[in-house]
Formats: sequence, structure tokens, C-alpha cells
Amino acid sequence: MGAVGFVVLFPLLGFLVLLTFGRRLGDPVAGWLGTLAVFGSFVSAIVVWLARLGNEGHPYVLRLFDWFSAGGLHVNVSFRVDGLSVAMILFVTGVATLIHLYSIGYMKGDPLYHQFFVYLNLFVFSMVVLVTANTLPLAFLGWEGVGACSYWLISFWFERPTAASAGKKAFIVNRIGDTGFLLGTFLVFEHLGSVSFSRLTAGSLNLSPDTATAIVLLFFLAAAGKSAQLPLFTWLLDAMEGPTPVSALIHAATMVTAGVYLMARLSPILALAHTADLVIAIVGVATAFVAAMAATAQTDIKKIVAYSTVSQLGYMMLGIGTGAYTAAIFLMITHAFYKALIFLGSGSVIHSLNGEQNIRRMGALKKYMPITTVTMILAWLSIAGVPPFSGFFSKGAVLENAFGDSPLLWAAGVITALLTAYYMGRLVYVVFYGTPRFEEVTHGHDPHESPSVMTIPLIVLAAAAVIGGLLNLPVSGFGFLGSWLAPVFGTAQAAYPMSAGLKDGLMATDAVVALLGVFLSWRAWGGVSENPALERKIFFNGWYIDAFYDRAFARTGTAVAEVADTVVDRQIVDGAVTGVAGVARLVGGAGRKVQSGLVRSYLLIMVGGLIVMLGYVLTVAAR
Amino acid sequence: MIFANVLSQLPIALPAISYKAVAPELVLFGGALLILLVSATVGKRELPGLYRAIALVAALAEGGFSGYQLYLAQGAKASLAVAGAIAYDGFSAFAGIVVAAILLLAILIGPGFIKRIAGDGPEFLVLMLISAMGATVMAQGEDLIVIFIGLEILSIALYVMVGYRIGDGLAREAAFKYFILGGFSSAIFLYGIALVYGATGTTNLAKIGAFLALNVLTHDGVLLFGLALLLLGFGFKVSAVPFHLWSPDVYQGAPTSVTGYMAAMAKVGAFAALIRVFDIAFAGQIVQWRPIVVGLAILSMVFGALFALRQRELKKILAYSSINHAGFILLGVYAGTAAAISNTLFYLIAYAVIVVGTFGLVSIVQDSIGVSEGSCSLDQLRGLARSRPALATVTAIMVLAQAGAPFTTGFLAKFSIIVSVVEIREYWVAVVAMLSAAIAVAFYLRIVLAMFRGEPEEVEGERVLAIQGAATEAPARRQALAWIGVSLSLVFTVGFGIFPQPLLDLAARAHIVG
Repeated sequence: MGAVGFVVLFPLLGFLVLLTFGRRLGDPVAGWLGTLAVFGSFVSAIVVWLARLGNEGHPYVLRLFDWFSAGGLHVNVSFRVDGLSVAMILFVTGVATLIHLYSIGYMKGDPLYHQFFVYLNLFVFSMVVLVTANTLPLAFLGWEGVGACSYWLISFWFERPTAASAGKKAFIVNRIGDTGFLLGTFLVFEHLGSVSFSRLTAGSLNLSPDTATAIVLLFFLAAAGKSAQLPLFTWLLDAMEGPTPVSALIHAATMVTAGVYLMARLSPILALAHTADLVIAIVGVATAFVAAMAATAQTDIKKIVAYSTVSQLGYMMLGIGTGAYTAAIFLMITHAFYKALIFLGSGSVIHSLNGEQNIRRMGALKKYMPITTVTMILAWLSIAGVPPFSGFFSKGAVLENAFGDSPLLWAAGVITALLTAYYMGRLVYVVFYGTPRFEEVTHGHDPHESPSVMTIPLIVLAAAAVIGGLLNLPVSGFGFLGSWLAPVFGTAQAAYPMSAGLKDGLMATDAVVALLGVFLSWRAWGGVSENPALERKIFFNGWYIDAFYDRAFARTGTAVAEVADTVVDRQIVDGAVTGVAGVARLVGGAGRKVQSGLVRSYLLIMVGGLIVMLGYVLTVAAR
Repeated sequence: MIFANVLSQLPIALPAISYKAVAPELVLFGGALLILLVSATVGKRELPGLYRAIALVAALAEGGFSGYQLYLAQGAKASLAVAGAIAYDGFSAFAGIVVAAILLLAILIGPGFIKRIAGDGPEFLVLMLISAMGATVMAQGEDLIVIFIGLEILSIALYVMVGYRIGDGLAREAAFKYFILGGFSSAIFLYGIALVYGATGTTNLAKIGAFLALNVLTHDGVLLFGLALLLLGFGFKVSAVPFHLWSPDVYQGAPTSVTGYMAAMAKVGAFAALIRVFDIAFAGQIVQWRPIVVGLAILSMVFGALFALRQRELKKILAYSSINHAGFILLGVYAGTAAAISNTLFYLIAYAVIVVGTFGLVSIVQDSIGVSEGSCSLDQLRGLARSRPALATVTAIMVLAQAGAPFTTGFLAKFSIIVSVVEIREYWVAVVAMLSAAIAVAFYLRIVLAMFRGEPEEVEGERVLAIQGAATEAPARRQALAWIGVSLSLVFTVGFGIFPQPLLDLAARAHIVG
């Protein structure tokens, strides 16, 4: 199980080598090297997993060295191997390997080709550190690392002003969440005297419900920033300015799920904070619904997928809030498969249409891009929750637990599921069917299928999206993920007693709703590419949430900053600095006069000093 | 044995000598004698490699014994030896390790450059070992007289080393100035010892402590007068304002590698003794002496930083920088708690390694750009980053370490001293210290900027080439060992800057006996 060290080491080595020699290796060697590093990490993750088979009960901790200690705080660099972290590293490195492979083709010819893989490898390293860290500060290092990589990669094409400002936005919004992470860490240390996850075991914590609620809500603030929940989700839409593989890896499959992971990791505390859990569940389901509505009216293919991601993250938070941690992780993994697939499929389309992202200028691509089309349809059926695709089982598990907690949460979730099947159907019909509308962007050339480095990841991910449900079938004896994660969540995991008939009924409802969504999208969008009645402006503009933030915070903030610049900085601060510098120069000049070089004047000054000391002594001496 | 038997027959009562307590002094002195003996037996030939090897072995052995003592002399094992005149404790052992570190670096860096001035003779290394012995005696001295002897052993060797560039008028002047002013301060120090003896009836620190604990002086004027005079002696040695005036002249006049050596060694010896005398023996008088020490500290920090701003001569800038450092270390003495003492030791070892390394780099710079060891102005550094990028980068790192840049021991040293001051709730002192450090950054950055900005001047460039051509391959060889020393100090400074825990733990073990 010490192989977990290699899981962390490989991407780090890849990063260092690419950082040093990347420019010289160039296109495509740098890309292959980066892919190889992440693949090595994936293989190590498999080794860790195999080593754990059979002794799942006890977490294994690889302690490397003491990082720092201050007072009672001892932080070491140590990695935790338990069911949760193994599940995370397996799917993170697996999906990352495929996306690295895809990027070799997608980024071909980019002037900063090697730099892209430098960031990507650093990202995988940070992500692996985040999910395997055994202490909160180390996890925070990974948390900030993925945030920084996300910033660099969103603004990768920084010569576009929109990309630069999108990167900034992601960075700033995530800072708001990070405040919660730090304050939460402080609170954990104050009440538990330790920041190690080893201390957080279910049932053994002596936290008052109020403290637990405060801790959970602070960490949820962090999670809401990273995992794009209401009200902090707006950055994820702008993040689509980055290259599409980045959107797939960071802003769909892995980084944005870090918030969900963090909440699952803190499940022992969540189990003590029922009010906070309810808040999380409501925020989650509200995010899912709001984002799904917005997704129905977008015209930019990546915006549709981005809203869809926000919506799915809302489902995961619903799972967390209702205590269904296994279901949330299950959804996270299957979502990683089909959402990465949808992004890469979109990227394949964008790639073949010379960078066009507007679905109005696509259509009828089925004929030209058969592999992309088929895999996208499979992804659609998965995310819609059509049985027996993976989304049916994972989303079904979340909804079942939501029903156990409150039928209201369940109802909102089911409506969102209907919307999900509908908006993805709209995407598929408008892009791949109907009439061709891409002449403008292709200038007469026919679109072409992408090269095999790009289609192979599509096929692998499609297979995973289709059969991913096998990970955790709702049949006794086949709930692999459930039994794998059971030792991690233990008693924190909620258990809702339900009759077999009710469970079957809920599953049937899910299936019917999914098929209904598919049917509705076919009725509405089969052969149609534009329908203003179904594309309301309020949803197109994402409920005007972003516009509201811009008015309320961004503009007032800019105004304050301008005052600070012209008045406070230039006049007060600069004035003080210039004044101090002037005094310093004056004294310094005097020092040169004192330093005459004459021994007699040196002696005089020394004796002067002595006389002052003796004079002082005379005043304090007891007489 | 026979010798001991003969001695025991004499009518003089000799104290029992604990050889393991004085082992560090013995190996240093033994090394010095051995070098002299070898050079006397080989006639006219000189064996610089052998001398250097012996000196290195002596330095390493001294460090080894000190390290051994640091583990051995813990808790109840710490004791007084040789009739109570010598302390055998973790504190002196740690100081011994610092001395060994300075020696090791200085032996690697120095002789190559001294050879240019004075040839291959053994005297330089002998003086170095003897002055180091003086510093260890000061660190172990449990009696004011012993401390005074250590001070003199250290100082007299240093006077000679400062005057090594005998052909240069500036150097002669510097050595002579240092000697006169040093003699003056030694005399006052001795008078201070006399007054303390007059007040307490003893010069032994343990007995002074015991006496002052048991008796309340109704008239403590004599004692306090004595303390003030002692402070002048120590203040001179560590170059605290206003007793610092010798240091810019002497730092410039001395051979550069000697400057680095004495800046480190004199401070280690003097501060070790200062802590033992004031923080332990006169701990009861802390209310009376604290204002004086904090006054010296603040003057040193503030004026050290301010005076350096207008200097253009590199070695004088570094002289003021070391005055600024002295002020910081004095704050550790001023705080006086156990934690503050261990932080002071950390500062001492961090400072000693940085300063020897920095002056080693200055030697290499002077050698490379072809100026004499007496001068190197900021203008002459221009364009160094272009012509010698590695040298400029390493110099920049060491200079920034002196400024207290994070990820170096320099940062932790300053930080922990300020923490100690905050812990005794003297916030304004901490604020002054931080401000002085901020001002100091300005002149450290000037050095870095000078190297990294601009091209070497045209005429200058030709001159450099001409000199380098003339000196053939000699500079490379004399710089090779110096580079090893400099690299060691760089690794130490950055390594322990990132992973400071082992060093902090070591400093925390250094308790003072009694």
C-alpha cells in the first residue's frame, strides 16, 4: 500500500521533467511524457487497490515527514489509504490518463503545447494530494494547488481578454470558499486538538451539535465554491473559456467534485450536524434545479454542458446532505465518466468545426462524425438515467435516499431529472441531427471525425459510462462500492428503512421520468434548431444571477479600489514611504560624518556612551 | 602518569581537571601546536595541504566533541569542571558546534586567498585555531577571569589576522585601530570585573549568583557600575552601537575572508559569555540592566540599518549589516527567557554560517573582478549577473538570507527573536526590530540590484579580461575549495531554512548549567 507514494510521485516527476525540459521535448513528445506520468500514477493506484482487497477495514497511513509544528499543532505529510481515497485516486488518475491522451491530439500545434501538459500534470499531482492527504492542511495544499492550476488553465489562452477575466473570476470566487476551509480547519483544531483525519472517526467525536454545525457550514462554504453550488456557481460557466480537455478534466470530472469529496471525508462531523445537513441538501437540490433550467436555453455547446455539470454537482450535494455518502461518491464516479465523455465529445465537435461553439451553426454532424455521435448518444442516455446505463443506478441511489429524508427533496430531484434528459436530448438533436448549418465556419469543407488519439478516449469513456452501474448494483451481493466504502463512512451513513415495493416503485419512477424526458426532447427538437418559446431569455442568462453579482459586488468593489488607489495609496502610503526614505538618507549621511576614521573621536564616542550608561546606573542604584 | 605524580608532590594544590570538559579547547590548541611543530621540522619547505588537513581535522574533532557533549551534558549531567571555572553544559556545547562550523567554512574559504597575500605559511591557520579556542573558552567560562582570558586569546589572534595585508596602508591602519580600541575596551572590561568582585567578593559566576540570591545589596551602585563596564567590553566585541565605530574600518581593511571569520567568531564567543554572565549570574539584576541592553540593541539595529543606506563600499555595508544583526542578537539577551536563549543560539549559528559564506563570496567576487581585498564598491558589482551568473545568484541568495528572506535560516532567526520579545510583552521593541529589519532590506536589495542591473562598464570589462588572462588558471584553483565552503553554507542556510526542526531541536537542548 506504500504504492500510494508512487501515485503522488509520478505526476510530480512528470511536472518537474516537463517544467525543465518541456520546451525542448516539444510537440508531441511532451504530451506523451505527461500522459505516461499520469498513466504510471493510475497503475500505482491499481496496485494500491489490489493490495487493499481483503483488508478493507483498516485505513493505512503512509507518513513521510513532519511538515511543521507549532504549539500543540503537529502537521505531517502523510497519505491516507482507505476505501474513499482509493476510489478517488482510481477514477481521478484513470479519467486523467484518458484526457491527457485526448489532449495530445486536441492541443496539437498550440504554441504553448508543453506548458499545457506542465499544468495538467501539476493538476493531477495536486488533486491526488488533495484526496489522499491525511491532514487538513495537506488537503488544503492540494485544494489550493488544483485551484491554481484551474486558474492557469482557464486563462491558458490569455491573449483573449475573456479567458483572462474568466480565470480571475474563478480565482476570486474560490477565495471566498477558501476562507471557509481555513476557518473550518481552525475550528476543528480548537475543538479536537488535531487536524488529522485519523482523529475523525465516526461515533467517537465529542462535538456539541452547534460546533459541528459551524464546522460543517464553514467547510460547505469551501465546497460550494469549489463544487460550484448556489450561490457561488457562476465562475464555472466562465471557466469554459479554457481548452475543452481542461473543462472535461478539471471543470467536470475531478476538481469540481473536490467539494463533494471533502464533505464525504468529513462525514463523521456531518452526522452530528442535522441542521447543516438539511442546508446542504436544500442548496444541492436547488442548484440542481436552477442549473438544469438554465441549461435548457443555452446556445453555446459548452455552456449547456457546464450548466449540466453544476446541476449534477447539485445532485451529489443532495446525496451528501441526506447522508447518502456512498450514493454521492457513486454518482461522482459515474458522472466523471459520462460528463468527461460529453465534454470530450463536444471538444471533438468544436475541433472539427474550427472552434465553433454555437449549436445554431452545427447540425447533421451524425453523418460526418459517427464515433462522436454514437458515444455522445450513449452519454446522453447515461446522464438522463435511462436504464440500464450508469446514471440510472447512481442518480437512482441519490434520489432513493432523498425520498427517505423528505419526499419534497425527492420531488425536486425528479423534476430536475426530467429536465436533464430533456436538455441533453436538445443538445444531441440540434448538434447531430437536423439540417447542416455549418457552412459559414467550415467554408465548404466537410467536417471530419477526430484522430484516433481523441476517439479512443471517447470509446473507453463511453464503455465506462454504459457499464459503470455495475460498480454498485442495487442487488444484494453486487453493491461493490457500498461494501468498499462502508468502513469509511460507518455509522455516519444514513439508513432509511424502506419496503422492497417502495424501492421498486421509486426505480420505476426514475426510469419513466428519464424516458419521458427523452421523448419530450424528441418531440420538441427533432428536426428543429430554434424555438424561442422553449428558450426563455431569463434562463439563457442564467436567471440573471451573474449580472446581479456584477452590479452588486464587482462594480462597487471597483469603485472602492479606485478611491484606494488615487487617495489612499498615492497620497497617504506613498507619502509616508517617501518621508521615511528621506529621514533614512539624512541619518545615513550623518553616519558618514561620525565615521571619521580618527581613533580619538572613536574613543570619545565610546566614552560618551559609557558615561550615558553610568549616568543611568547612578539613577537606578539603591542609595 | 609520572608527570601527574610529580605534580602531586608539588606544594601547589592543583584542581582536578576534567579532560572531557576541556576537550574542545585541547584539540584546537593541539591542532595549532601540531601545525607549528610540523612546519618547524620540515625546514624551508611549506606543506599547505597538510596544514590545512590538520586544521580541518582539529575543527571536525572540536565539533565532534561538542556534539558529544551536547548529548552527554544534559540535565543532571551538566556540571562545573576544573574547580568551578569551566562550565560543562549543553549551552557551551552548542556554542562549540557553532565554532566548529565557522572554522570548517573559514578553513575551506580563507587560505586560498591569504596565499595571494602572504604565501603558504602555517601561521594563518594557527592563528585561526587559537582564536577559535579563545571563543570556546569564553563560551565555557564560568568565571569572569576565565572569560577575560578567553576574550584576550580570541582578540590578540584576531588583531594579527586583521593586519595580514601588511603591505596595504589601509589594512595597517585598521589593525592598529582595532588594537588600540580593543586594548581600551579590555581595560574597561577588567575594571568591570574588579568592581563586580568588590561588590560580591568573587569572580566565579556560580558563586556570584548564589551570593546575590542570598544577600540583598543595600548599596548596589558598585555592582551596577561593574555591569555597565562589562557591557562596554562585550558591546565592543560584538560591535554594538555606540561601541561599533571600529568595525566599518576594520571590516574593510582586513582580508575579506578574515572579516567573515572574525565577524562570526567574535560574536559567538562574546555573545555566549554575555548570555552566561547576564542572563544567568546577574539574572536577579535584570530589571536594572535590561534598559541598557535594550538601548544598545535598538541603537545597533536602527543605526546599523540607517548608516548602511548611504554606503557604496560593499564591505562597509556588510559591516553595518553585522551591527544590525548584533542588535537583534542583543534582543535575545534582553528577553532572557530560556526560549529566548535557545532562539539566540539559533540566530548565532544561522548568522555565523551566513556571514562566513557571504564574505567568502565577496572574496570570490573580488578575485574574479580583479580588485584588491580592501575594496569593492557597488559600482564594481555592476553586470556581475551577466558575466558570472552562478556567482551572482548565490551571492544574492546569501545576501537575502541576511535580510531575512523566507525559506532561509535568516528569516527564522529574526522571526524567533521577535517572538521572544513579544512573549515578554515588549511590543514596542518588537515593532522597532521589525522596522529596522524592513529598512535593512533596502540596503541588502541595493547589493542585489547592483549585481543584476546593467552591463559591466566597457573599460571595466577590458580590465577584467586583462587581469583574468594574466592570472592564468590560478583563480580557478584557489576558488575551488572556497566554492565548497560557500556551497556548504548555502546548503545549510537554505536547507535548514526549509526544514528547521532538527536545528531548532538542537538549540532547544542547549541548557545552561545551574
